[in-house]
Order: sequence, then structure tokens, then C-alpha cells
Amino acid sequence: MNGNHGTNHLDAEPVDGDTRYGPDDRIAISLTVNGEKVEAAVSPRLLLSDFLRGDLGLTGTHVGCEHGVCGACTVHLDGVPARSCLTMAVQVDGMEVRTVEGLAGSDGTLHPVQRAFRECHGLQCGFCTPGFLMAVTHLVENEELAETDDGVRAQLAGNLCRCTGYMGIVAATRRAAAEIASKG
Amino acid sequence: MKPPCYEYVAPDTLAGALRVRAESEDSVVLAGGQSLVPTLNFRLANPDTVIDLRRVAELATIDTRDGMIRVGAMTRQRTLERNDAVLARNPLIRETMEYIAHPVIRNRGTVGGSVAHADPASELPCLLTLLDGELTARSSAGARTIPAAEFFEFVFTTALEPEELLVEVAFPVLEPGEGWAFREFARRHGDFAVAGAGATLLLDDAGRIARARLAACGVATTPVRLRAAEEALRGVEPGSEAFRAAGELARDAVTTVDDTAASADYRRHLLSGLVNDVLTRAAARAGGPR
Amino acid sequence: MSTRQFGARVQRNEDARLITGRGRFVDDLPLDGVLHGAFARSAVARGRITHLDTTAARALPGVHRVYTHADLGELDVTMPLLIPHPCIGHPRTQYPLAHEDVYHVGQAIAFVVADDRYIAEDAARLIEIDYDILPVEVDPAKAALDGAPLVHEDVPNNIAAHLVQVSGDPDAAFAAADHVTRIQVRVDRSTAAPMECLSTAARWDAVSGELTVWDGTQAPIGLRGALSSLFDLDEDKVRVVAPDVGGGFGPKIVFPYSNEILVPFAAKDLRRPVKWVEDRSENFVHMTHERTQIHDIELAATSDGVVLGLRDTFLHDTGSFIPYGIAVAQVASTQIAGPYRIPAIHVTFDCVYTPTVPVTPYRGCGRPQANFAIERAMDQLAAELGIDRFEIRRRNFITPDEFPYTRPDLVFADGLPVTLDSGRYDDALAALEKALDLDAIRAEQEQARAEGRMLGLGLSFYVEGTGLGPYEGAKIRLHPITGKAYVNTGLTAQGQGHETAWAQIVADQIGVRPEDVIVVEGDTGVFDWGVATFASRAAVVSGNAVHIAAVSARARIAQAAANMLEADPDDIELADGRAFVRGTTSRGVTLAEVATMSNPLRYAFNKAAQTATQFAPTARSTGKPLPDGERPGIEVSEYYSPPHATWAYGVHAALVEVDPVTCDIDVKRYVCVHDCGNMINPMIVEGQVAGGVAQGMGGAFYEKLEYDENGVLRNASFMDFLVPYATEVPHIEMIHLETPSPLNPLGIKGVGEAGTIPVGQVIASAVEDALSPLGTPPVRQVPLSPSAIHDLLRQARVNV
Repeated sequence: MNGNHGTNHLDAEPVDGDTRYGPDDRIAISLTVNGEKVEAAVSPRLLLSDFLRGDLGLTGTHVGCEHGVCGACTVHLDGVPARSCLTMAVQVDGMEVRTVEGLAGSDGTLHPVQRAFRECHGLQCGFCTPGFLMAVTHLVENEELAETDDGVRAQLAGNLCRCTGYMGIVAATRRAAAEIASKG
Repeated sequence: MKPPCYEYVAPDTLAGALRVRAESEDSVVLAGGQSLVPTLNFRLANPDTVIDLRRVAELATIDTRDGMIRVGAMTRQRTLERNDAVLARNPLIRETMEYIAHPVIRNRGTVGGSVAHADPASELPCLLTLLDGELTARSSAGARTIPAAEFFEFVFTTALEPEELLVEVAFPVLEPGEGWAFREFARRHGDFAVAGAGATLLLDDAGRIARARLAACGVATTPVRLRAAEEALRGVEPGSEAFRAAGELARDAVTTVDDTAASADYRRHLLSGLVNDVLTRAAARAGGPR
Repeated sequence: MSTRQFGARVQRNEDARLITGRGRFVDDLPLDGVLHGAFARSAVARGRITHLDTTAARALPGVHRVYTHADLGELDVTMPLLIPHPCIGHPRTQYPLAHEDVYHVGQAIAFVVADDRYIAEDAARLIEIDYDILPVEVDPAKAALDGAPLVHEDVPNNIAAHLVQVSGDPDAAFAAADHVTRIQVRVDRSTAAPMECLSTAARWDAVSGELTVWDGTQAPIGLRGALSSLFDLDEDKVRVVAPDVGGGFGPKIVFPYSNEILVPFAAKDLRRPVKWVEDRSENFVHMTHERTQIHDIELAATSDGVVLGLRDTFLHDTGSFIPYGIAVAQVASTQIAGPYRIPAIHVTFDCVYTPTVPVTPYRGCGRPQANFAIERAMDQLAAELGIDRFEIRRRNFITPDEFPYTRPDLVFADGLPVTLDSGRYDDALAALEKALDLDAIRAEQEQARAEGRMLGLGLSFYVEGTGLGPYEGAKIRLHPITGKAYVNTGLTAQGQGHETAWAQIVADQIGVRPEDVIVVEGDTGVFDWGVATFASRAAVVSGNAVHIAAVSARARIAQAAANMLEADPDDIELADGRAFVRGTTSRGVTLAEVATMSNPLRYAFNKAAQTATQFAPTARSTGKPLPDGERPGIEVSEYYSPPHATWAYGVHAALVEVDPVTCDIDVKRYVCVHDCGNMINPMIVEGQVAGGVAQGMGGAFYEKLEYDENGVLRNASFMDFLVPYATEVPHIEMIHLETPSPLNPLGIKGVGEAGTIPVGQVIASAVEDALSPLGTPPVRQVPLSPSAIHDLLRQARVNV
């Protein structure tokens, strides 16, 4: 895996407000990832993206820029999209994290957004796709989709795709939103 | 692009945070992390200590009483933007905040973090400058209130002392009937502004401009009030001629340099147009109960 | 019968894993005990290292090794010039790690291997490097002047290569012309910015002596050859795997990059798997760039706009080295006449060294620049002669009856003269005019101008030589248990959908569903004859190889089934995963049974095997279990070699409005007519074109790498180098023409780069049209930007 930042340090304890942790210290965190409880010990500088990928093996979350522009690393924190490359692992102590691996049902049934991305050719190389799926899932489940093409594009801004020219992604977003709306 | 080594503290209370701040030689504050973490990842910042405020619950508050919208520094930007009581008292806040990056950034980004970061192209510092907002700094020694006009000193530089924390940001509410508008232009959606402008406009009983406030971002080392244009507008009939002239005064009042985002000439041209535009829209919204 | 899969909008086989987070990119591979690398890179453009000290880095806990050039032994050699050409008078390539001299900001100087990437980066920062800084000139035009600072001391005027090509009699053409138009145009530097940066992981097996390298490359077979040569290992002891690769667009065709040497070297040295993943800030100063060219183009024409001759002299910025030869400049030079008859051409270029990241092909590969030059010149010629921009193009098109149309002595990248194979250029332009509704647009424009709005229409017609050889191959194997087909090629994909397109081609021949054709590529362990994925060649060259192999597999299946069913092979039909005698669907066998039966070794593993054994021994195989000349199983390998390039083409147009305040452009409509011959999968073709247009929009308006006068890249981040979001890319109206290429069995032409090529000119032409009533000067440069548009408007005001 990707290094030893989050490996189990048996002596690690939950964060204490009065303690000054050194870069080599480990802090115990407890969180829920895709519905499963996770306990880990992390370095204070470990990025959430690296924690998910390296320590939990959830490599579906991709890292495209590490400065918050591309959106490939987008995950949900307590139900809200966030950049995992701009979040320290220690900051999500006590939170619920959802990644692309948690989108499909436990029986493997694809989320409507996942299906729509395939049906509308919303992906090519697939590298940006997990970030788009997380952003669009939140959009269609929680926000009102814009009526115009320009409006939908504005709602999709914040995630970069270098392959598709966004046509398929716009179409997939509309299709998924329509399906979710039709189910009420 | 991994963060450098640092010492890390996540205090439970503001008092604890202030203590750490006072004890630390070279500390930075981790609020929402949306500006700080990129600078750490690029290793443009190499702080000795990172003070993580996520556990200081007392800083995530919004209080809309007494003519001021008092926002705790750890309030998420998205929370402020979507607060209906805030919208009712000062709709300019929401209009301005919609220009801040993208919703996914505003979900994590905090009001205090953005203000203390003091990027001269960013929106909240411009809004505070425009509205004559106030900032509350605290240290172990006590609190002090700093007017926005004195808070932003230079690029990424504020009046905060090393041992102080920004704890509260206060936005004045708009006067009844006061018109308002904000607009910025970024080459790509959600990016930092090439330039932006905000305006408020209060008319007198004769329909003339009683008070115009104008501020701009992206055109100097701090957000700036466009005083010459404000002065010129006082007592004047609102209209396209006056607003175009104000835009030209604004343009002439700022000097910028060429950078990768824009030439200086273009940026000043842009500012004049934006000023004209926000004044026009503010005028359309002005009036109502007086 | 099954429906034909070729030409259908088949959903992609590769999507299932990519939408569920189960893709496997290099950084996703779980390698036990892996160590992580980081480079220390040059902070200066041109300098001489006076002090290099790795002591502190080596002493950092968690650091395993720090390598400098002195540690590399036999690998401390300059990298190969991959594509030599006699015109390259001064070829220079880089060392894996810099010696005393550094040639661009970002050049690799040392390589740290540590427990994790965090520590590796900590250590890289502890390496002390001092430089004597040498003078630089980053503008290629100034770099080629006498007295300019030299990138390589022994290369006069920084000229790496110089080539003159003459086709027909240009002097006579210019002498005979009624009118000559001249324009200088410039396209600026850009970068492909794939979402996945470069990446390499390696594992050395000391017992077997095998080196396995996972690499985000477009050329695994090429890299395997380079590594076996450099590391002095037998080719079958080196396996290179390109797993899922997050976009390529050209720069991943180049090898070996420093990481492709250092990562395997460290894995071998440390006896531990090693991984290095380029981060975004490195990507800007390490992965190769493209685009800067300055063209001086002249057209000689009759008074009614027929172009008789073309002269073009251009400078091509090749950066600090020339590892990929003159490919970009050569492709530009051979596409300079576009779709036009132009019988006389004189084209000259100089490749100029500048102290910047090396330049190699990026989607379009010189074509966007050539297209910008010829189409800007055509617009200018039209304006000067008072001829409509559509009409002047129409008057110069090569007509359908003129194909094949050869430009003698203009030698394309395949070493052959440019020979355009087929096309209906006039039809394409007519389709565009119809889609646009030109009359309505002109009325709208008149109205807008009356209101003081700046509305403009632009167009660009491009041709694209695609599908370069020399060859590709395909292996097809029918699986005895499942009856599914396994397909391997020597290529690799970075999002182009090979796993689906090849499956469609195979499905049509052997009568299975596309999802029952499993394509595995990018692994020299499964197929290792082939070239690479570049030059819009995969569908043309591999697609036809797959087709030929599928035809061959079909014949073998039919023969085997005929033996089993005691029928004539000509009477065998394949459909729905079965082989049966025509007209009697009940008399048939499954492909699994055929596959099982065709192997004389028949353990009864499963039902298919049990069924198959009922037929054995067949009446016709009375002799040996495997007759002389026969092979076990249904397995075929076939190859396809194109006679020369196929020429795709198209025409794009945009209606744009310029905002007077922001000087931003609003693309109100974007219409694209294109012809890539027969389409395997229109959905995938549309994705390729749309993605190309998006990158073209980047190059037309947003994306420009800016070096300062010291050779430091000023905008090396996604904050400052503006890759478009969905908001910066227009909706694209797309019209397909399908004129089959006569050169290959499937009638295919390439499409990967098509969308990108014309966009710079489309936008420039539209902006010029929008602004021209104000008296603005011509648009001579892309990317445009609001500042550039503001400057045009300012010049117009000065002119008034």
C-alpha cells in the first residue's frame, strides 16, 4: 500500500485538544467509510485522498491535481461533496465518508448516475469519473438541476474532464436526474 | 505535492486555540483548508505548527441581530450563503458568495479562512471592504475589533498579529431601500477573479444618489474602495451617463500590472465595465421603503 | 442472424469497472513492500551545477537511496533519438539524470526512494543544488538570431533541424499569380494535461531475472524494447504493462522518460518494488509540451481566388531536446495545403532549441498550427479579393474524382509522399452551410451589428493524415470453457474504447455478443508485436488487423464446426454464440464446444467438454490427433499494414459573440461536420470528436504555457493554466459523413485528433468576423484571451 502513514500504531489515541503532535506521531481516528466503521492511526499531515487510497485500498478515488481544481478526488463527507486532496485524514474523525466504491448497492446494483454515465458515454479514460460521479450524485439527489444546457454546465463546473468534451457528462446528468425525479 | 512536516494541535476550545497560538513561533490556522492545504501541498507554506479549529464549536455561529450579521470564523461558506435570515437582511452576501470557487469548495471553506487568507482577488474581503464590515480578532490578552478598511494590508497579509485569531466577521445589513449588486469576471468558471466589483446605492427622496459605495477585487494588492467614483456619484441622478463616468473614474484610480491572467490595460477596462454594470443593477434594485 | 455490431452505438465494455471504482491505474496497483520515488529537479532553465550534495537527504529516516547520474553506471547515457531524420543536423537528447549542465526548469537531477512519497518529497527538498546561471532566450524567433544565448554550446543559432520541401513549381506559380497574400501567424505553447499524470512502477524478480514495469504509457512495446536494450536484458525477461491509463493525447508516446529508467533501476538495485507517480506541478515542467510555431505563409492566387501556389516558412520550438525528432514540424509541413488543390508548394522549417521542456506530439501534432496558417491565409485572401470565405474554399477543393491526389515530394511521417485517398469536401461544406442556415445567421449578424453587438462566424476546413503504419496485429483465441473470444493487440488505450470497438469487429465475424469478446491490450506479456497508440492510427491499423484476424478465426471455427457437424464449411453460419448448418439452426454446436473440440487434449472439465468428446474422433481426422500443419484450439494471429496514410477531414464553424465589457467570447453555436470513413461505433466517434473540440477550445482561448524571461514557467498549475470546465466548452452539433477509405478492408480513417485541429482557426476567424466592422487588425495568434481581444479593440480605436 501507499506507505506507512496510517498503519496501525497500537499506542495511538484519539486526538487530545491539549497535545501538540509531532510529524511522526499518530492520531487515532474513527470514522464510517461506505457504511463500514473504520479505526485507524494517522499522521497529522496525511491527506484524506492518500488515506483512502493507500491505507484503506479504496483506489477508486483518484488524485488529479492535489490543489483542488480538478475534482477527481471528490468524496462525500457527511453527505456533502468535498475534495479529499484538500482535507487531512485527521479532520474526518467521526465523519461519514462515501466514495465511488460506495455508490452501487451492496448487491452490486448500479446507482442511476453510474448507469447514466455508461449509457450516455460520459466517460472515456475513466480517471476523472469517480469525482464526477460523486459530484453528480449529490447534485441530482439534493439540488435542482438547471433547465438550460449552460445551467447544467455551470453545475458541473468544478470537475475537469480532459477526454469527453463534457457532452456525454451533461447528457448523463440529465438522464440520471430524470430517473431520480421520476421515482420521486 | 504532499504537505511538509509540521506540529499539529486540534484544541477543543477557543481559549485552548489562543493558548497554542500564543505559544507557537510560526503557526497557521487550519479552518476549512481550501486555501491552506493547496499551499501546503505545493510546499509554499512550511509552518512549524498547524492549529486545526475544527473542534472549536463556538466559532461556527451566525447571529443576525442588531444591524450586523455576525458570523463565526469557522462557519462554512455554504452555510452562510444558504442562510435565509442572512439573505433577508443582506442579499448581497449570497450574490457575492456564488462567485466563490464552486459549491464543493464552499462546502468545506470557512468564512474566517477566506477572510484571513486575504487573497486580493477573493470575494469576501471585497464585500467587507464595500460594506465597511468589522473583524474581531482575539488573543489570550483579549479581543479587538478591526474595521475592514484597516484589516487587509497586502497580498495574503492582514492586520492580525501572530498571536491573534480571527474569530468573527461582521457584515452590516443593508439600509432599507438600498440597492446592491456584485459581479466579477474570471476567465474560467469559479476561478479567482480577474477583477470584480460590488456596489450599494442609496437614493434620497428626490431620487438622487444619497450614498454610493463601490469596491473592487483583483485590481490591487488588497480589495479597494473606489472613493473617487463614490464621491462623484453623490447627489447625482442615477443613470447610464453617471455610471459610465464612475466606471472611468474607477479605472483611472487603479494601477495594476500584467500577469498571466490579464494585461493591466484589459483589467482596468474590465473594472470600468463591471463598475458600470453593478451600479446599473444596484440602481434598479434601489428604492422601496425608505 | 445477429444484428451487425459494426456501426452500432454499442455501450462500452470498459465502463463497468471504471464507474465502480475498480479501474486499475498504475497508482492503484497493490504492490507489497513498495517504495516511493521523488525527483529533485532543476530550478533554473540553463545552468551549470556547481554543488550537489545529497548527504542530508540520505540521512533522513525512511530514505532508502538517493541517486544522481554518477550512480547510474551503464544507464548514464543520453536517451535515444527515437525517430532520426537526415535533416536533424544537431540532435541532442537528455540524460536520465542531469550531469553538470541543466537545460530547462524541471529537468531531473536526483531521484530519492523512500518509504512513502511524503518522506521522498521531504528528502528531495534536502538535496543541496547550486548553479551558475547561464543566459537564456525562450522565444524561438529570438533564439534563432545571431548572438542569442545558446541552449547547447555547439549548436549554432540553436537550430536543431532544417528541412526544405518543394512540390511542383512554386516559382512559376507565384510568377503567374494575379494576387499574393502574406500573413505571419503564431500558435503558442500548450500541454496535453491528461487527468492522470505520468506514472511508473517496477518489480525486479532476482530469482527469475525478470523485470516487470507498469507504466502509464502509449507505447508499452516500444518501452519494453528500450528497457531491454538499456538494462541489457533479453526482451522476454522484460514485461511492460500499461494498465488503465488516464488519458494520453501524445506525450505518453515518448519514452523513456527519466522515471521509466530510474524506477526500474531502483527496483533492481533495492530488490523492492518501486513506484513513482508524477504530481501535477511536476507534470507541467517534466512531461513534454507542444505547439509553438511561427509561420510566414504566402498564397499566390488568380483574381477569382484559385490558389496556384503556397510558400510557408516556419519556426518550430522543439524545447531543450529533440527526442522525438522532427515529427511535429514534419506533420505540420505536409498538411499545410489542407484540402486544397494547390499544385505548387514550397515549405521550409527550422526546429529551434529553447531552454524549455522538450516538445513532442500532442493531439494534433503540428496540424493545428498548419491549419491555423493555411486557413488564416485563406480568410485573408478571401477578404482581399472580395470573395466569400465559404466560396473561396469551394473553388480550391480537391474534387472527388481527383482522388487519389498526390503531392509529389511532400513526404509525410510514414516516409511516403502525401496522397489523399478519398473525400467529399464540397459535400462537407454544403452540409455545414445547411446546418448553420447561413442566410439566417447573416441576418442575425446584421441585426446584431446594428445594435452595436459583436457577433461573428468563423470556419475552418482541415484534413488529417491518419492511420500511419508500419503495421499492427491481433490475436484472437476462443476460450474452450466459456466460448468467449479473447483478443490481444500490441496497442494500449487511454480512453478510446478499444475494448468495445475491437469486440464489435470480432462479434460480427464469429457471431457472439460484444460483451463476450474480452480485449486485453497494453501488456507485452500477452502480445508483443506492434507499434503504439498515436497518430489517430488505432482504429485504422489495429481495427483492420482485428478484422482480418476475426475473418481468419471465423474460417477456423467454420472448419472445426463443419468437421463436428459433418457439413461443408461453406454451409456453416455463426450466430448467437453457436455454429450451425445454414437453414437448420437445430443442427449446431456452441462455440465453447467448437473450441474444446478443436483441441485434441480433452479433459471433460465441464459440460461443453463432455459434449465435445461425443464427437471424437471425428470422421475426418483418421490419422494423428493433431494432423500435420494443424494447430490446437481456435487461435489466430493476423497483421495489417496500410499502404499509406488515410486522410480524414472535416469542417467546423462557430458563431461567437464578444462581450464588450469582459472581452470574453460566448460560443453561441458550434457545428462540426467530419468524415472519418466508416465508423465502428458512432457513440465513441462522437466522444472522440467532442473531446478533441474541448481541447481545441483550450488551445484557442484558454491554455497557454507562459515562460518568463528567465525560463521559469509562470503558470505551472491548474489554477493558472486553464483547462476548460464544462462551462468553457460549447455544446457541439455534429454531422457525420462516411466516405470509406479505399485503402483498408473496413474503410476506416482515424478520428482521435480530428476535433482538436481546426478549433484555433474557427475561433480566430469568428472573433475576427465579429470585430472587423470596428477596424481591428487580423487575428494572427492563438490562444486568444480577453486581454488579446481587448488589445485588438484598442488597436481599432487607435486606427479610427
